[in-house]
Amino acid sequence: MQRVGVFVCWCGSNIAGTVDVKAVAEALKNEPGVVFSTDYQYMCSQAGQDMIINAVKEHNLTGIVVCSCSPRMHEATFRKTAAAAGLNPYMVEIANIREQCSWVHKDMALGTEKAIILGKAAVAKVNLNAPLTPGQSPVTKRALVIGGGIAGIQTALDIADAGFEVDIVEKKPTIGGKMAQLDKTFPTLDCAACILTPKMVDVAQNDKIRIFSYSEVAEVKGFVGNFDVTIKKNARYVKEDICTGCGACVEKCPMKKNPNEFNLGMDNRPAIYIPFAQAVPKVATIDPNACNMLKNGKCGVCARICTAGAIDYTQKDEYIEEKYGAIVVATGFNPISMDKFDEFAYNQSKDVITSLEFERLTNAAGPTAGHLERPSDGRSPKTIVFVQCVGSRCDACAEKGKEYCSKICCMYTAKHAMLVRDKYPETEVYVFYIDVRTPGKNFDEFYRRAVEEYGVKYVKGMVGKVVPEGDKLKVQASDLLANKQLHIDADLVVLAAAIEPDKSARPLATMLTASMDTNDFFTEAHPKLRPVESPTAGVFLSGACQGPKDIPETVSQASAAAAKVIGLLAKDKLTGNPCIAHSDELMCNGCSSCANVCPYGAITYEDKEFRMPDRTTKVRRVASVNPAVCQGCGACTVACPSGAMDLKGFANLQIMAEVDAICK
Amino acid sequence: MQKITREQLIAKASELLSNGTVSQVLGWGKGEFDYDVTPTLFSSAEELENGFVFNDFCGANFSKYLVSKAAKADGKLLVFLKPCDTYSFNQLLTEHRFDREKVYAVGIPCEGMADISKVKAISGDGIASINADGDNLVVTTLYEDAPITIATKDVLAERCINCKSKKHVAYDELMGEEGEVLASNRFDEVARLEAMTADERFAFWQNELSRCIRCNACRDACPACTCEKCVFDNPNSGVENKSPANEFEEKLFHIIRAYHVAGRCTDCGECSRVCPQNIPLHLLNRKFIKDINEFYGEYQAGEEVDSRAPLVNYTTEDLEPGEVFDRGDNNA
Repeated sequence: MQRVGVFVCWCGSNIAGTVDVKAVAEALKNEPGVVFSTDYQYMCSQAGQDMIINAVKEHNLTGIVVCSCSPRMHEATFRKTAAAAGLNPYMVEIANIREQCSWVHKDMALGTEKAIILGKAAVAKVNLNAPLTPGQSPVTKRALVIGGGIAGIQTALDIADAGFEVDIVEKKPTIGGKMAQLDKTFPTLDCAACILTPKMVDVAQNDKIRIFSYSEVAEVKGFVGNFDVTIKKNARYVKEDICTGCGACVEKCPMKKNPNEFNLGMDNRPAIYIPFAQAVPKVATIDPNACNMLKNGKCGVCARICTAGAIDYTQKDEYIEEKYGAIVVATGFNPISMDKFDEFAYNQSKDVITSLEFERLTNAAGPTAGHLERPSDGRSPKTIVFVQCVGSRCDACAEKGKEYCSKICCMYTAKHAMLVRDKYPETEVYVFYIDVRTPGKNFDEFYRRAVEEYGVKYVKGMVGKVVPEGDKLKVQASDLLANKQLHIDADLVVLAAAIEPDKSARPLATMLTASMDTNDFFTEAHPKLRPVESPTAGVFLSGACQGPKDIPETVSQASAAAAKVIGLLAKDKLTGNPCIAHSDELMCNGCSSCANVCPYGAITYEDKEFRMPDRTTKVRRVASVNPAVCQGCGACTVACPSGAMDLKGFANLQIMAEVDAICK
Repeated sequence: MQKITREQLIAKASELLSNGTVSQVLGWGKGEFDYDVTPTLFSSAEELENGFVFNDFCGANFSKYLVSKAAKADGKLLVFLKPCDTYSFNQLLTEHRFDREKVYAVGIPCEGMADISKVKAISGDGIASINADGDNLVVTTLYEDAPITIATKDVLAERCINCKSKKHVAYDELMGEEGEVLASNRFDEVARLEAMTADERFAFWQNELSRCIRCNACRDACPACTCEKCVFDNPNSGVENKSPANEFEEKLFHIIRAYHVAGRCTDCGECSRVCPQNIPLHLLNRKFIKDINEFYGEYQAGEEVDSRAPLVNYTTEDLEPGEVFDRGDNNA
């Protein structure tokens, strides 16, 4: 039996508001093993911790129960306190009477009753606790960045700058991501390419950074400090190391009519292509669905024209296995599909476009060489209607759009409107909005300039319908401030489509065992205090994969993620979690159930000789757990039919004792 | 009437013994009564001639015996396996419970085994002898002058009436003809229980399980229960007990056991066969099998070696726990 001290925290009024903390401390005094019980306003404060240390010494405590907030919050704090008092840190149990009790109850009597029960369970458990010592595991000093947009690029550059190796895996043939497709950037109106491409070149030239373009992550095993990742390098049918990016093949390829993804299908590219002039790596890629040679075995023009001999029609997908200490997710975003928004006639008229398509239309490297022309007939539009919040902030229509604000649309729409009025002052520009949201440095000034200096007509209200009629787009909208219906004959309608996480994020999250919210954005370890870490140790978040973000915010977060990675990679050893599984060899059947369910591959089998009671020996197949690999998830303990597998710190007996204490 | 005869089996076993393929034979041995057949090890043709039997009461599934006996045998151990036994055989191999190299498995056809309690229900107690005669069993008892003739098909064990397969899924050598996997009605009774209200179902199991005398025969015969140390014998497990001390114990023993074999039970029916209190224990296992089939797609434990049972596998298509709850409806 332990000598247990119970410390009940008020957490100001957070707990004390709905739980009678004095009654809890009093009730727990009578539990088996408890020799001391008290309450205090803030247990986590220095005074509170000192109270624990003094009590340990005064009452010779061997176990500590803190009734406070979630162990995710302060378990580590109180373990340190225990260590400072000379106890093993794992002799501490937390009863969560805040998140799981005071915060969810309104009735003081019921809240108090539940807090006492939770406290009893923790006392029952700590009575069976044993001192534990954590092991250590080495750190592979290399990081993997998944996604080569501005987020991934910035993270990789920062990590490399600290002297660590970084690999970028990008599924497109080039890095650059969405930013490479943009024209100008708010709020300074400098050109996106001018500030992005030097960074892309930096990445290419940095000897600490390797780029796996046209590749994806196929498998992730292992754990923080020791990830084993399989990267699938898709066949691009061009030898990357030989291709000089001269572009002769692109010019001569006869299969020219394939929608150009980089320009969002607004023009065509050949079957062999380089996405854009500043692509990194500047290497051609053959689209296997378009290439006549790959489909029918006829053609071969590119191979003949290539003086370097880089074309290889027999190239196969390649799988590369690599070890990493940390993984950064930077999978980014995409505009949502406009298929469900028939009211805006996106699928009926070529002149209804999304904002990203508008970026390409005004981009000097775009399909119109930067001239603002209507996609249908090439004429210059005289009246342009911008519609904001298309699919964003949809509360009633969650099936159609998204409930969240996409955050970037207000600003880029102001930018688009301003650019049009700047280059084509005779064009009438309307912007329909629900609210204009401009919280950011120099953002509101930027928007006001659009209205005040550039004469963009901002209308509070939504567009109800767009009907193509002749060569016009009849726009029906409401002006909520003037309280009237508007009918505008527009030449071009631009939809600020909501953004969503890239589709590759969900399967990746499964591979990484990283959690996601209902919108498939990655969840942070803590929304305020650990915003760039995933709850899965060693997995970090960079950019829009975590939530909608503009470029400045993405870059800050990318650097923040890099700082976290550097902090991890700078360590030579990681102190592990001692709460790991172990197998009782005398009870193990060797059935492999535990190995089958282990997500970390921590369990192996060996044939071991045992002395039997009758002095004979018997060779039996038994499980053994690799303590460096085990993460203590406990899946094996549940799968084990004989109960040979058990988790240190969360032993079956301890859990049963907790259940018994609750049910008593 | 079995298609294969005692003489054929003895001849096969003697041949394999004499040519050195095997050193021992795991077979059915003569017991006190004709229906009382005991798993026995034979080492010579002579022993076989004296003690080996094969009749309509050879229900015992030998797969489990391989766990303890195969390791001890000097050479290979010959085992006779009925179709349903081969599923347990494979399942134990999947769990690495015996060394396949130490076993020589001979598949034998099975026409279904008789249930002695059904025979006694007709003949009465005091059975002196039972002999097969064509499709009938001829029973003599101490109390009746004339022998009683019973059609074998009328006294078949439940598991044989609802036989799931006449196909052997594992063997080194097959005697007789290979059969097919059958479309059985083995889940009908489970469906009937599922249709009950929760209270009715509780009353049903209360009635059945209250007869349990905690003899552990079900566990001891079960080929899925081969743990080095059973949780019910382990004082640290928290569920160790040796008697049905209270209502809770008698129910929980069977429920824990059903959970322990869930996903591994091949539905061989040994638990119900050996239960001296005639508790339909196979229904608990079949409920699990039926649920697994419905939740994760058809899965037959032991159909192949090294198959990943749905309960120890994870796919992104796996159903969410909420769906199970919803399915329970008012009967949950």
